[in-house]
Amino acid sequence: MQTGSPEKIFVKGNEAVAMAALEAGCHCYFGYPITPQSDIPEYLSRELPRLGGEFIQAESEIGAINMLLGASAAGVRAMTSSSGPGISLKQEGISYMAGSELPGVIVDVMRAGPGLGGIDASQADYFQATRGGGHGGYRIIVLAPASVQEMYDLTMLAFDLSDIYRMPAMVLADSVIGQMKESVTCGPRPETVLPPKNWVVRGRAAGEPQNVVKSLYLGDGEMEAFHWKMQARYQELADRECRWEEVHTADAELIVTAFGSTSRIAKTAVAMAREAGMKVGLMRPITLFPFPKKAYAALSERCKLFLDVELSTGQMIDDVRLSVARDADVAFYGRPPGAGSLPTPEELFEQIKKNYRAAA
Amino acid sequence: MKQVFTRPESLKDVSTHFCPGCHHGSVHRLVAEALDEFGIRSETIGVASVGCSVFLYGYFDVDVIEAPHGRAPAVATGAKRARPDRIVFTYQGDGDLAAIGMSEIIHAANRGEDITVIFVNNTTYGMTGGQMAPTTLPGQKTSTSPYGRDTSKDGSPFKMAELLSNLDGVAFSARVALNSPKNVLNAKKMIKTAFRYQVEKKGFSFIEALASCPTNWGMNPLDANQRVTDEMIPYFPLGVYKNTANL
Amino acid sequence: MRYDVFFAGYGGQGVLLAGNLLSYAAIHEGKNVSFFPAYGVEKRGGSAMCTIVFADGDTGSPVVGNPSVSVLLNQLSFDKYAAKVKQGGICIVNSSLVDCQNITLPGVEIVLVPMNQIALDLGDVRMVNMVACGAYIEKSGALQRASLEAALKKALPERNHRLIPANVNAMEAGAQAARG
Repeated sequence: MQTGSPEKIFVKGNEAVAMAALEAGCHCYFGYPITPQSDIPEYLSRELPRLGGEFIQAESEIGAINMLLGASAAGVRAMTSSSGPGISLKQEGISYMAGSELPGVIVDVMRAGPGLGGIDASQADYFQATRGGGHGGYRIIVLAPASVQEMYDLTMLAFDLSDIYRMPAMVLADSVIGQMKESVTCGPRPETVLPPKNWVVRGRAAGEPQNVVKSLYLGDGEMEAFHWKMQARYQELADRECRWEEVHTADAELIVTAFGSTSRIAKTAVAMAREAGMKVGLMRPITLFPFPKKAYAALSERCKLFLDVELSTGQMIDDVRLSVARDADVAFYGRPPGAGSLPTPEELFEQIKKNYRAAA
Repeated sequence: MKQVFTRPESLKDVSTHFCPGCHHGSVHRLVAEALDEFGIRSETIGVASVGCSVFLYGYFDVDVIEAPHGRAPAVATGAKRARPDRIVFTYQGDGDLAAIGMSEIIHAANRGEDITVIFVNNTTYGMTGGQMAPTTLPGQKTSTSPYGRDTSKDGSPFKMAELLSNLDGVAFSARVALNSPKNVLNAKKMIKTAFRYQVEKKGFSFIEALASCPTNWGMNPLDANQRVTDEMIPYFPLGVYKNTANL
Repeated sequence: MRYDVFFAGYGGQGVLLAGNLLSYAAIHEGKNVSFFPAYGVEKRGGSAMCTIVFADGDTGSPVVGNPSVSVLLNQLSFDKYAAKVKQGGICIVNSSLVDCQNITLPGVEIVLVPMNQIALDLGDVRMVNMVACGAYIEKSGALQRASLEAALKKALPERNHRLIPANVNAMEAGAQAARG
């Protein structure tokens, strides 16, 4: 629905993901219903066929991720989306895609767990996402939107990064960002220079080399070589693609750090602290893999106190601690996900005061 | 001198890793002949599964995607939807298709995906060393059914060609064997029909090939061939179970 | 300026539609808006709530612990959320469904509006959310009435535009009741 200025529309985060996928030229979507992300398949089941794309409601999350694998191997842009229980099932396919160097976008609108958990917002799948999630030792690109606009922008970016680095990319959102509505500017697909997909299975014409998309490496040293190649690629990602946002960090004596919806809540808490005359800033990683380690290290050269806030019992804090200088302290405030556990800005402001005073 | 026997173009000039007497080589050859005869090698995408058939890309001179265990029909679905102008086939064993991949095969068939599935049924998990498969015959001893398959606990073997023939999305479903020249000739006809249906965009086509596994059966190739006749065909009758052209 | 308002009631009272309307009205005035809904797992009859934040600049947290204004449409939400209203804030209560005897909220202005009664008098109890919106804009002064009328055109499908005058009337009645 068009609102306000002609370019801005007021939509749910989940819908923004679907719209970005269409703009990014996503040709196939494969999914399975699960709350709180079903707006994505619903939107795409309506719009994708009109644009000549393919929508399949798969028999299972496993079916969906493997359809993604097949479509991606055949050279088109493709996406799937789910939430915790479904993302766990998809891990098999994600591991195979990583092993086969296949691009593909996976959207995880996190909900509370473990098990069936609940449909409330969670950030407790940080480890699952940033450590690869499946077997074998690999990483995937992980992007953490904190607004409906970023649901749009980072979905678009996920397609590009995934194609450039030939690895799966995940948009790691949560049910707050997925369900909330904000005004979005639906920008055009950026004119990124993408490498040619000369590896796709396409039917081998006479004289052309055979293309095989596989993850089986049995030859002496073959598997090891694959891993070293991927390590180099992860390093390249870390060197080139880290993204983050800093607010009031220049003179900060305490830096709150959080990602996704929690960072939004923290931002208001930081504003409250500033109003109260406290030198407090915010560091929000936008790429969770690659994690902006150097940015944290630089901040910690001057500011020696960080307050990591998560909607979990603490996962990103491991990466923060590994990134900051040795003499910097990282305090933690987190709440396990579930109904009623979403922290408020007022609550985080209290935590800021407590840690700020203790350091003074 | 007239050449009477040659390697199909769709097969590479290499020797296979298959055991002596194994029927995989025969099935590979018949599939390759079908691709050659329809002239579709350069538009074909093969989907390999997990098991002895994983090395499909080493023998077929076509582009190949290697699927996770049991997921070949889902992978093939993705590839075919992305490139509907290509010929897409999966090549799967009995553990892959009828155990861990049962959901994927049933749903791909039911959607009527325009793909061809070659299902090699040798009543055992070949590559992992002869464990009980979903198609292991009642009483058959394997490394995980040392007292013989007990149908009261393990259930009875799945008859996939019959099972899939009940689904509306299936255009063609047939069971063939490779243990005699007559059966091979018939198998070739059936495999060609299956690919023809895909070329003609008629829907999902399925071939179940009864195959021997002398190594895991603990038999010599001739005895293994005989077992196909004596034990397998009586339980898994050969024939066409669904042919939309006849409807 | 940054405004926030919290709406809560039971499913079916139109809480989410009211939140959407206010969002569109704020967008109409050129504001940035975040609309954060929350509701029970069940499709009907559970509790429904939403938080709307609008500002000229950054909206910041979509979650608000102590709202400046809360509009509470039933007893359950009153019991759960009335005490959270910020000091100096406003609590607008649907007195048709909330037991209003002996209410005290120190430091908070309580505004009692018999929303169901007003909606019923206007001929349709389903307009209770419009009455609530009218009371909100009257007491908060955060949005222009004309913006809400414009928002109705955005939020309602074309075929329901004939209902707009009745909804505007309901908002007027809510505003009037809130003025006291």
